[in-house]
Amino acid sequence: MSFSPKKIFSKFEMTSLSFPNYWDLAAIILVLAILVILGFGVHQMSLPYQTGETIPISLDPWNLPYYALRSVLRMLISLVFSLVFTFIFGTLAARSKHAERIIIPMIDVLQSVPVLSFLSLTIVGFIALFPGSMWGPECAAIFAIFTSQAWNIALSFYQSLRTVPYELQEAASMFHLSFWQRFWRLDVPFAMPALLWNIMVSMSASWFFVVAAESITVANHNIMLPGIGSYIALAVLKADGWSVFYAILAMLIVIFLYDQLLFRPLSNWGERFKFEQDDDNTRSGTWLAALFENTTWVRRSGILLKKFWESFVNIRLLQGQAQVIPSYNQKWQKLLVIFWYVFLFAILAMSLAIVSKFIFAYVSFKEGFHVIYLGLITCTRVMVLIVLCSFIWVPVGVWIGLRPKYVDFFQPIIQMLAAFPANLFFPVVVMLIVRYHMNVEIWTSPLMILGTQWYILFNVIAGVSALPKEMQQVASNFNVNGWLWWKRIVLPGIFPYYVTGAITAAGGAWNASIIAEAVNWGQTKLVATGLGAYITVQATNGDFPRLVLGTGVMCLFVIAINRILWGPLYNLADERFRLE
Amino acid sequence: MTQKITALSSNLIETMGVKKSFKKSDHQDLLVLEDVNFILRENEIVALLGKSGSGKSTLMRIISGLIPATAGEVIYLGKPVNGPVKGMAMVFQNFALLPWLTVLQNVELGLEALGVSKSERRARAIEAIDVIGLDGFESAYPKELSGGMSQRVGFARALVVDPTVLLMDEPFSALDVLTADNLRSDLLDLWQEKKTHIKGIICVTHNIEEAAILADRILIFGADPGYIKDDLAVDLPRPRNAQDPKFRKLVDEIYTLMTTPSADRISVAGVRYKTIGLGFRLPYVEISELTGFMEALDSPDYQDRVDLPELAEDLQLNVDDLFHIIEALEIMRFAYVSKGDIELTGAGKLFAQADILRRKQIFAAHLLSYVPLARHIRRVLDERPEHVASEDRFLRELEDYLSQEAAEEVLKIVIEWGRYAEIFAYDYNTGILSLENPE
Repeated sequence: MSFSPKKIFSKFEMTSLSFPNYWDLAAIILVLAILVILGFGVHQMSLPYQTGETIPISLDPWNLPYYALRSVLRMLISLVFSLVFTFIFGTLAARSKHAERIIIPMIDVLQSVPVLSFLSLTIVGFIALFPGSMWGPECAAIFAIFTSQAWNIALSFYQSLRTVPYELQEAASMFHLSFWQRFWRLDVPFAMPALLWNIMVSMSASWFFVVAAESITVANHNIMLPGIGSYIALAVLKADGWSVFYAILAMLIVIFLYDQLLFRPLSNWGERFKFEQDDDNTRSGTWLAALFENTTWVRRSGILLKKFWESFVNIRLLQGQAQVIPSYNQKWQKLLVIFWYVFLFAILAMSLAIVSKFIFAYVSFKEGFHVIYLGLITCTRVMVLIVLCSFIWVPVGVWIGLRPKYVDFFQPIIQMLAAFPANLFFPVVVMLIVRYHMNVEIWTSPLMILGTQWYILFNVIAGVSALPKEMQQVASNFNVNGWLWWKRIVLPGIFPYYVTGAITAAGGAWNASIIAEAVNWGQTKLVATGLGAYITVQATNGDFPRLVLGTGVMCLFVIAINRILWGPLYNLADERFRLE
Repeated sequence: MTQKITALSSNLIETMGVKKSFKKSDHQDLLVLEDVNFILRENEIVALLGKSGSGKSTLMRIISGLIPATAGEVIYLGKPVNGPVKGMAMVFQNFALLPWLTVLQNVELGLEALGVSKSERRARAIEAIDVIGLDGFESAYPKELSGGMSQRVGFARALVVDPTVLLMDEPFSALDVLTADNLRSDLLDLWQEKKTHIKGIICVTHNIEEAAILADRILIFGADPGYIKDDLAVDLPRPRNAQDPKFRKLVDEIYTLMTTPSADRISVAGVRYKTIGLGFRLPYVEISELTGFMEALDSPDYQDRVDLPELAEDLQLNVDDLFHIIEALEIMRFAYVSKGDIELTGAGKLFAQADILRRKQIFAAHLLSYVPLARHIRRVLDERPEHVASEDRFLRELEDYLSQEAAEEVLKIVIEWGRYAEIFAYDYNTGILSLENPE
């Protein structure tokens, strides 16, 4: 390797000419192909469309790549919006105490609103916004996917901004960085590792909603957007087992590609933003990074991009001085603040009045109590499922976690499983329930946890791997075995990780309940008793007030459980069981 | 420094009646800096020396414009400071480098912010890197650098913007002794050979020898609230030799000044002891440190009275820790300090020679007698029929005197001391103080 271009090339040599190599060709083909495909997809999205019109979906498996492309596009577009949302509102909340007081609780509540309710609630509005265009239903779907990503990413960004070391903030002020420069030079890079991680987790989780959001019934109109989700919905409608299988296969390939082309390169790139001193230099590159590193022309355009980036960061427009503490206070500012709170309060009071009037104009109090009762049932399901899953996956996770070789093997597989939209498997389970006449109330329940149980396993493995070697040595040195070993060493050791996993799993289960409690196969409809089923039925009927009521109650349940159960557990884990 | 300069223009920085308080609650403010008047003249290095919490760092941040003063004014070259000023650059304790930028990019950062063109930026940055002795490391990331090299980047970044005043916030305290010496002497060389346009340096430090080596003038800070206790001119020629008797004398003098009693002491049998109130900010010292220190003082290696600089060196204690331990011993009346020397009291000697149980008894007696907070907790527990009380109760009381953070720390210390002395018990999970022993 004495003459590799990688070693010679440096920043100062960018003017010397050189011929492109084979790697350039490969990389250019790859880039062009991605651009053409994306452009084609976007064009298809903007075709004309009338409400009531059915978009022909074909079960021909050769259409699946195209459908997969449309699904991926939706995901990427909503990711862009999620990032814009994050940069604006995450920053606002971290920088202004007054904005923080409203933004953070808002996001907290929005997080607990089931994603599919967003879809049902907004689709009519979006169709009205883009009359006669595919953009209407497209936007509704994209918005729903956005809601499954944005909150999590924004919260992580906000948390990161709040922990930017004070000295770095001072250095930024001392060296006169503008707000704009500071944002791109300090804030975003500092937040980058957490940001990337949350983007990846959120995207994994949102495959579920990509699939679910494509086929939606509004006021008895069934709208199917071209995509894998619609393909499988049609397969279910026609009770076509083979098509279900093809869809699952296609999705597996998509997730694999997404992992290789996006996930891994991104997380590799994110390493450089890690703040801690890291002695681990053994990190292997990805084949994609290697491909681009072996090119000359592509790398040259990378340098152009870098130049563009630099002038972007140093735009003169936004040259306000960034202060560490904006404390040179003025009187009128205080007045403005008071006005701001009065305004907020007025909006709040109005919203409350409108919502309650809207709901109770149509719905009796009695039904309100009934919906709460349904909520209790779904809540019981979620809790029982979490307990059952814990009994299964904690021992499995501990077993794997204690064997580092297996960890490396299983970890990526579990990540893939977590990303895989579990709703694609629903038809398989429903087929079984129908064939063997099983109890709907019981056997539809596992569907809720199908996709999110992996978070428990994933976190338990991570927790066991993080246990200090000395702790295990102490255990064997003092002959701590059997139940004592579980009680004193492992369970306390992994508790913080377990709690994180359980919180994620439970949150996902609530969201999934909307799909899982009301499923069908062909003409057979299976509807369990529960809040999820209630919301689905009301959405299908286009009963707006009841949909709002159901959504509101689910919201309240999720928030209440977070406050009563998960919050204290999380704090306990953090205070007593965190191994530093 | 030898001739008297009267012209106003020769004052680089002037602070007038600077006061700083932080808001503790809606009604209460915590005063951390009181009425500071200070002048930085041209061609002068001033060291701000004091224990942690004496407000020296706060003063530097007020001077730099990073935080506003509650009252008073800072004048830089005749103009009031209302925010970070061009012409002042700062070097930070923990370097404050951006880990995702290379050395070169880090150094360029300040120029980038000033809108300097790319080619000029590059040239100036490379020059600064050259001056500070970092050539060859331009493309390295901070992660790859040792502490000493990292701080050189910090200096290069400050020098490249061509400052008039250099502010240094404990710039050598995160480095090991040899590296710190090396960097310090390099800095002094730069200063003396006038390789830069820097006209004055302010350096915050808690290291007495460092102040003595660097400074033309040493401002010694007193605490609670912070104020300038002494203004000591140093007229030793440079380079200064730490073994020089004159230098040792200077160090001794600083120790004496720093341990000089202030008004909060009473005289008992000729010795002026420190007495404290309920809300006193107890020094954060562990029992093992106190015990070890007293044992060392009692050892045959030392005479009755021990010279503090010598002791600090023998025990390899940094000045902060040393002063904290001394303060705790003085409060507990196990030792007293005069003229830079420390001596164990009778009780201190008894303690040093006793066995563990006896030590606990002595400690308990002194704790109850001389630390009002410990006495108060014990009394409350005694008076209650169940003999239990929540730590929150005492925390709230302490917050009448201290910031929340300081109150938590003080309570933590007194709980640790109290548990050692077995005058009360404490349960971490519930935060309950009691008179019972744990099962």
